[in-house]
Amino acid sequence: METPGLPDILIERARAGSRRAAARLITLAENDPAQRLEIARMIYPHTGGAYVIGITGPPGSGKSTLTDKLAKLLRKRNETVGIVAVDPSSQFSGGAILGDRIRMNDLALDKGVYIRSMGTRGHLGGLSVSVGIAAKIFDACGCGVILVETAGVGQSEVEIAGTADTTVVVTVPGLGDDIQMLKAGILEIGDILVVNKADRPGARQTASTLLAMRQLGEPPDREWIPPVLLTSADKDEGVDKLLDCIGAHRVLRQISRSQRNERTDRLREEVLALLKEKIADRVLERHGLPGELELVLGDMYDRRLNPYEWVAQKAASCTR
Amino acid sequence: MSDKNENIKKAKEEWEQGLLQKTLSRFPERENIHEQRIYTPLDVDSSPEYYTEKIGFPGQYPMTRGGQSTMYRGRLWTMRSYSGFATAKESNERFKYLLSQGVTGLSVAFDLPTQIGYDSDDPHSEGDVGKVGVAIDSLEDMEELFEGIPLNKVSTSMTINAPAAVMLAMYQAVAEKQGVRPDELQGTVQNDVLKEYLARGTYIFPPRPSMRLTADLFAYCKDNIPKWNTISVGGYHIREAGSTMTQELAFSFANAIEYIRSAIDAGLNIDDFAGRISWIFTADINVLEEVAKFRAARRLWAKILKERFGAQKPSSWMLRVHTHTSGSILTAQQPLNNVVRVALQAFGAVLGGTNSMATCAFDEALSIPTEESATLAVRTQQIIAYESGASEIIDPLAGSYYIEAMTDKIEREAEAMIGEIEAMGGAVSAIENGWMQNEILSSAYKYQMEIEKGERTIVGVNKFTSDVTSDVTLTMMDPTVRETQSAKISALKKRRDNAAVEKALEALKKAAEGTDPLYPRILDAVRAYATEGEICNTLRDVFGEYVAVKLI
Amino acid sequence: MAIRVLVAKPGLDGHDRGAKVVASALRDAGFEVIYTGLRQTPEQIAAAAISEDVNVVALSLLSGAHMSLFPRVVRCLQENEGGDILVVGGGVIPEADIPLLKEQGVAEIFTPGTPTGVTVDYIKQAMAQRGVS
Repeated sequence: METPGLPDILIERARAGSRRAAARLITLAENDPAQRLEIARMIYPHTGGAYVIGITGPPGSGKSTLTDKLAKLLRKRNETVGIVAVDPSSQFSGGAILGDRIRMNDLALDKGVYIRSMGTRGHLGGLSVSVGIAAKIFDACGCGVILVETAGVGQSEVEIAGTADTTVVVTVPGLGDDIQMLKAGILEIGDILVVNKADRPGARQTASTLLAMRQLGEPPDREWIPPVLLTSADKDEGVDKLLDCIGAHRVLRQISRSQRNERTDRLREEVLALLKEKIADRVLERHGLPGELELVLGDMYDRRLNPYEWVAQKAASCTR
Repeated sequence: MSDKNENIKKAKEEWEQGLLQKTLSRFPERENIHEQRIYTPLDVDSSPEYYTEKIGFPGQYPMTRGGQSTMYRGRLWTMRSYSGFATAKESNERFKYLLSQGVTGLSVAFDLPTQIGYDSDDPHSEGDVGKVGVAIDSLEDMEELFEGIPLNKVSTSMTINAPAAVMLAMYQAVAEKQGVRPDELQGTVQNDVLKEYLARGTYIFPPRPSMRLTADLFAYCKDNIPKWNTISVGGYHIREAGSTMTQELAFSFANAIEYIRSAIDAGLNIDDFAGRISWIFTADINVLEEVAKFRAARRLWAKILKERFGAQKPSSWMLRVHTHTSGSILTAQQPLNNVVRVALQAFGAVLGGTNSMATCAFDEALSIPTEESATLAVRTQQIIAYESGASEIIDPLAGSYYIEAMTDKIEREAEAMIGEIEAMGGAVSAIENGWMQNEILSSAYKYQMEIEKGERTIVGVNKFTSDVTSDVTLTMMDPTVRETQSAKISALKKRRDNAAVEKALEALKKAAEGTDPLYPRILDAVRAYATEGEICNTLRDVFGEYVAVKLI
Repeated sequence: MAIRVLVAKPGLDGHDRGAKVVASALRDAGFEVIYTGLRQTPEQIAAAAISEDVNVVALSLLSGAHMSLFPRVVRCLQENEGGDILVVGGGVIPEADIPLLKEQGVAEIFTPGTPTGVTVDYIKQAMAQRGVS
């Protein structure tokens, strides 16, 4: 029988190659904010090397196949690859069918590939936090490149894609979803735009449409103009060009000032959020506020007590 | 509305508001009834041309009443029993037994590795060799399978899809050794690869190269094996995967339309091959609805062939149906109940005018049938044929208000669904997108939830259950088949002319890379005793393998 | 925190109606279901189960190859530190084989006709006993 293991033991075993330990770490980090911080703290010295590529786009665009082919190509170039595949959870039950792996069967037994599937719901702290910690754990296990695949339909998934180092937005000819994508803001976050299944009719038109739309949204002083690439992932066509393009983007980011600013902004956000979380939890506990809230909740519901006043009072008294 | 119908309408309203209402107020109807209460002439088209144009006569367009003018009065449906055992030798014995019991056609079940183009000694085959049917690795096994059975005297139906050309080539080679000419051969290869992506899972190559192989086989048979049914398009498997009855028709018809288009693009004339297309449908247990389904299917198919594809020959318009009673509705609980289910299903298929039928054995949910249960399955058909009277009147339920209204309804709905698929670009597109697969899953899931919520009763399962476990003897599969077959393959590879095999495979590869016919190259390879796996792997190298779509 | 289940079809059997229906039912019961599709080898199944840190592996087989394939999945899991992952199965499996499968580490077999609700409850109970919810 397996024992769950303390984070430090799991980290040691994961870094020594135990897949079980790595997977258990992700679960632990996802479900327990205290453990998450501990894990993040302990693996920190071993992270920082991984490059995160976000792959997003509407359902049916062939993202999973593209992810699979990119991973295989990276493996050929001797990279250790981590894949986080996110699928939408049911609004009603909270459950999900996580089916991206069906297109990645060849990778299941590859010692140089780590895969984790996630639903969009049920993440304490939010989906981006879970994806982030999974990426860090893969990083600590030696992954040089991490592919994060999301469906790009919900706001949180768009956020995740936006936090990647390079974001690839995938579309297919004839989907007719141009307007949808604009609304969701997906196109704006795309560093590289891909028209997949380019062997289908309408591929060139779709590419032209994307170029036109990109023209509209482009700030004049941008250092990188998102290219539009054509791929047929299931035929393994265009994937090498895509990888090369990602490589070019990566190089640019290393020398670019705006890249550094962007990353610094992100780091600030993340650390502030963690601070708020940790500090707030402590203060609340120390002053017994969650318990107190339970007692006055009924009064608040019956409108005998002003909840906003109560909060203002408590905040003032706790921070005196 | 005609005067006659006006009167009926009035009378019906009186009945509904009077007597019916009175009864309902005291005794409400039972729960979970989804059908219309009663059908009258009001539910059927009353125009004078309705009979001649929509119902007509057997053997004549639109074929609603049957494909042949004398139907079972001239010849009973072909009675088949699906069988196949671990080894070719055992299957051969079972065939000889069934032929002696009055079965008029042989039906061959192959094991999964054979269906997927893997030899028995391939690592993929581990655990599956000889389990659901016979293992055929080379011409040697096919020779054993049909030893002592004159191929010019039987009709053989082979349930093989992706590697159909390989199996047919082996059959042809066995016949050659018996001195039987290819033009004397009768039978069917299933060869319906599109449904594999939807329902059955024994695909090898992606859809588009598979369509090429299909058309290739059509072309070869037209000139060389003219009596052979080159495709058996399946609605059965789609239904067994959980689709609705309308989807069973619409999806299979959409698939067939793709095959026809493929063959026409390859240069064939519609009337050259349409007459060789046969069909497999389910007979589900709603007997009356199934009768209407068969009639609607015949009418719709005739219409598609005549009006859409311009077929001229009546044999092209004819829907030739093999029915396999639905196995998925048989239960593991109280297995003897299945005897009754199969009888009802078979009865529906006969009333519906099927041309051929295989009935399930009652222990289908537990394992491969025993000799006893397989015999009973055949007797079921024989009792219907000789004792029930149903085989003596052609299309006996025609004219029933329900049957005609339902036939019209099913035809309309199926036609609309086919239109939807065509608007997507046809069946291949709908499969590449995963649309058809997801539709089937939705229907399957809905059905299961109805059972679990008690909205649909399955006797012995969610009602009238018993704790008694049945004392059913099961057929035990021989676990050593893989070893036996592997040894055979090794020995074969030592004996045969390996240079000739290599040459043949090289020629096949070249043909696959180009546009030359494939079947003749496959036949050459088969004669040289190349294994099925070797032939299929050669094609895999050129065509690639299919990867399933994501489940939503 | 969701219960995670891997639904897998080992071997060459292509009848996936049962597996897909069960996967859907598990999703509607609030589980996260990883579905890897057809033609999985026992090694692939175990690797996926461990990589995804699932609580349960649910195997579906209708081709009669369960006696060789199910125990192999159990063994592959054990060999890769996954011995605590619950393994259950369903499909065309004769009653007589069930005790033998259980001896080899398969926790439960759900024969044809078993309502999906029974499978869901079984898993929920098994997880509750382990402190997973």
